[in-house]
This record gives sequence, structure tokens and C-alpha cells, in this order.
Amino acid sequence: MAVTGLFFVFYVLLHMYGNLKVLAGPEAFDGYAHHLRTFGEPMLPYEGLLWIIRVLLVLSLIGHAYSAFTLWSRAGSARRTKYAALKTASSSKTMRWGGVFLLLFLTWHLIHFTIVKPAVNSGVASDTIHSSPYAMVVASFQLWWMVIFYVLALAALGLHLSHGVFSAQQTLGWTQTAAGYRRAKAIGHLVAGLVTIGFAIPPLSILFGLVK
Amino acid sequence: MSGGMNLTLRIWRQDGPSDRGHLKTYEVSDISPDMSFLEMLDVLNEQLNAKGEEPIAFDSDCREGICGMCGLMISGDAHGPEKTTTCQLHMRSFKNGETITIEPWRADAFPVIKDLVVNRSAFDRIIQAGGFISVNTGSAPEANAAPVPKPKADRAFQAAECIGCGACVAACPNAAGMLFMGAKITHLGELPQGQPERWMRVVKMVAQHDAEGFGGCTNTGACTVACPKGIPQDVISTLNKDLRYAMTHHGG
Repeated sequence: MAVTGLFFVFYVLLHMYGNLKVLAGPEAFDGYAHHLRTFGEPMLPYEGLLWIIRVLLVLSLIGHAYSAFTLWSRAGSARRTKYAALKTASSSKTMRWGGVFLLLFLTWHLIHFTIVKPAVNSGVASDTIHSSPYAMVVASFQLWWMVIFYVLALAALGLHLSHGVFSAQQTLGWTQTAAGYRRAKAIGHLVAGLVTIGFAIPPLSILFGLVK
Repeated sequence: MSGGMNLTLRIWRQDGPSDRGHLKTYEVSDISPDMSFLEMLDVLNEQLNAKGEEPIAFDSDCREGICGMCGLMISGDAHGPEKTTTCQLHMRSFKNGETITIEPWRADAFPVIKDLVVNRSAFDRIIQAGGFISVNTGSAPEANAAPVPKPKADRAFQAAECIGCGACVAACPNAAGMLFMGAKITHLGELPQGQPERWMRVVKMVAQHDAEGFGGCTNTGACTVACPKGIPQDVISTLNKDLRYAMTHHGG
């Protein structure tokens, strides 16, 4: 749970950096996307690095989801008679159902920007979308409902990270003093805030016409 | 007595381990705010006795907050709304006219024996699996023979406050016993006397914990909030680190 989760955090921070390139204009953004594919050439084949990262992400996702559902099912069988008066910590529900929501979001997100790349905005031609990642992103986030959906997913990701980043440090045994414990909690909130805001900037900038 | 409290109590009644059990409602009146929670239940039991009804079974022993025997889920809070044991909780923490729901600890590893009494032998078996140090009995050794650095001594003492009441398991959304186990691992692991069996201890205790049917820890921290002794969640971090070290350096 912790190791796979921290790999996701590392990836998400890189992803956020790439997204923010949209603010620098079409050449910078499309150039970045192109360089991701040629990164490491000629030692690596075209898209080599990308595929290494993709394989690691898929393996992490399998490990992360397997651990999560194992814990979920263990929790169910460890207390088969529930309390009549319940004041249980809601964070476990947020993590579990939030995690399921993120999984569904991730499926759409991959279809949207990687696998199918549908022309969701009827005002922009399919050919333009397929030839320029910049055009694809801008066309998508000119739609208000798409922005709302992505911002909702970001809120879920933020909540997931604020507990998850702390929890990973706790699992790895990095929080053995009161100060270390407070630090781990603070890092969790910091990473969650950074990721939520960092990812929200490009779609909101596009929606409000700051990026065209 | 004037100025007493009137309360509605919804109490879990269960004849035995195989009985399904149900919540039953009782009214008590003229309860002194200075009574402890268990004394309030004593008053109810005397009323039930007088009427020829079966009194409510609940656990208690020292009633000083140090033995770990008592423990009730009170309106969704383990040991009630204050940071103390059920026996040290006073009725002044409740409002006149309040409805209070009283349930036993809920965990499959802690089966109900009767009414509010649960069997916490699973904790004893976890201790038997590794929560001890092996020393020769006889006269006490010289106190300064094994020096302990002050921060380690302080942390060991803090962890040693655990009274094994089970509130951590009761409050945990996963019904995990990690705060209890973490307290024992930290208490013994910080001290020189705990070193010889340190790596064996964590592996055996965790294996026993899982075999007893407790859930897995997801670091929600509900345990620490419920703990009447305020055992911090960082003891679980120590447990995790010791377990990882034991598995990677000592072949599990």
C-alpha cells in the first residue's frame, strides 16, 4: 500500500509539472509531450521511458488495489456485528469509496487523453486533437461540465493523498516520535494541497479563457 | 436526593454467546452527577434485582482506571465522551434527559459472553506469543546495572501505560489491535531487557493478531482518540519498522 502509493505520488507530481507547461503555450506543451517519447534515445527505443513508467504504474495499481480490497474485506469479517450508535472515523470510508471513484475516474481519464482521444468538444475537429496534445487539452477544458468533473476528481485525489501520504510514512516506520508524527501529517496535507491546486490551474485557466 | 438526572438507557442484552441479542430501553431517575458511569449501572441493576429481572452483566474490577477490565461503547464512543476509562467517567459528562446507547466492544476477535461482557483472551494469546521478556527469577538486579537513555525510558513508560482494555480495537473501523500491539512492541523494544527477543517478538505477535481475526491497520487514528491512556499512534510506526526489519534481516 505504502510503496505503491508513494510511487503514484512521485508520478502525479511529474504529471502535474507536465500539465503546468500548458501555461507556456502550444510549442512548450507539445514539445514536452514529444520529448517524453524520445527521452533516453538512442539507449531507449521511441516511447521507451513512457512504457517503462506505464508498466510500473499498472503493477503499482494492481498491488495498491489488491492491498486495499484485502484490508476492506478483513475489516468486514473482523466486525460482523455493527454498532447501533456509530461515530466511526469517516476517513476510512473516504479512502475506500474515494479510491473506487478515483479508479473509475482513471479509466475515463485514460480513454479521454491516451487510448481513444474522443472529440468531446464538437467545435474542434478530431484531426486537430490527434495531432496536437495542446489542442486536445484546450478543447476538452473549454467545456464547463468537463472541468467540474475533473475538479471533483481532484478533490477526491486531494482527500486520498492527505491521508495516504501520512499513512505511507506511518507504515514505513518514519513517524516514531511526536515530532516525526506531526511532520508526516503536515507533509500529507502539503502534498494534497499542492497536487490539487497544481492540477486545477490548467483546466480552470482554459475555462476562463486565460489559456486559449 | 435533589437535582438528580433522568436518563434513558438503550442497553445491549444478550443471554449468551449464541444468543442474537437486542437493545433494550430502560429509564433511570434521580442519578447523581457525581456518580461514576458504572455506579449508575449498579443503581439500574439494583432496580432490576428488586423487580426480579436479570441484572445487566458488565465487566469491572479496580474502578480506578488502571486494570483495563471495564470498557463499554457509550453512544458510539469507546469509554464514553471523556479521555478516561468507563469506571472513571462521571455522569456529569452527560446531560439531564439524555438517551445513552450502551453496547459491548464489537469485534469478532472479542466475542460477547453475556450482555456487555466480551472475551478479550485474544489479547492474552498475543502477549503469550511474544509480548514478554525471558529473565531468571530471584532477587531483583541492581537498578543501575542496565542504563537506559532518558528519551527511551520516557517512551517505554508512555507505551507501558497501555492497560489492554481493548478500546483501540472497539473504536477502530477495521477492528484492528495494532495500537495495543504497538504499545507492547515499543514498551519492550525501547529497553535493553527487550532486545534479545525483539525481532522474534514482533513477528510472532503480528502472526497471532492476524490469526485471531483482528482487521488490518489503515492508520485512521481512531484508536489513539479512544485510548484512555493516550497511547500515541507513533507506536504503530515502531511496530511496522520492527516488523520490516525482522522480516528482511532475520528471515521472518
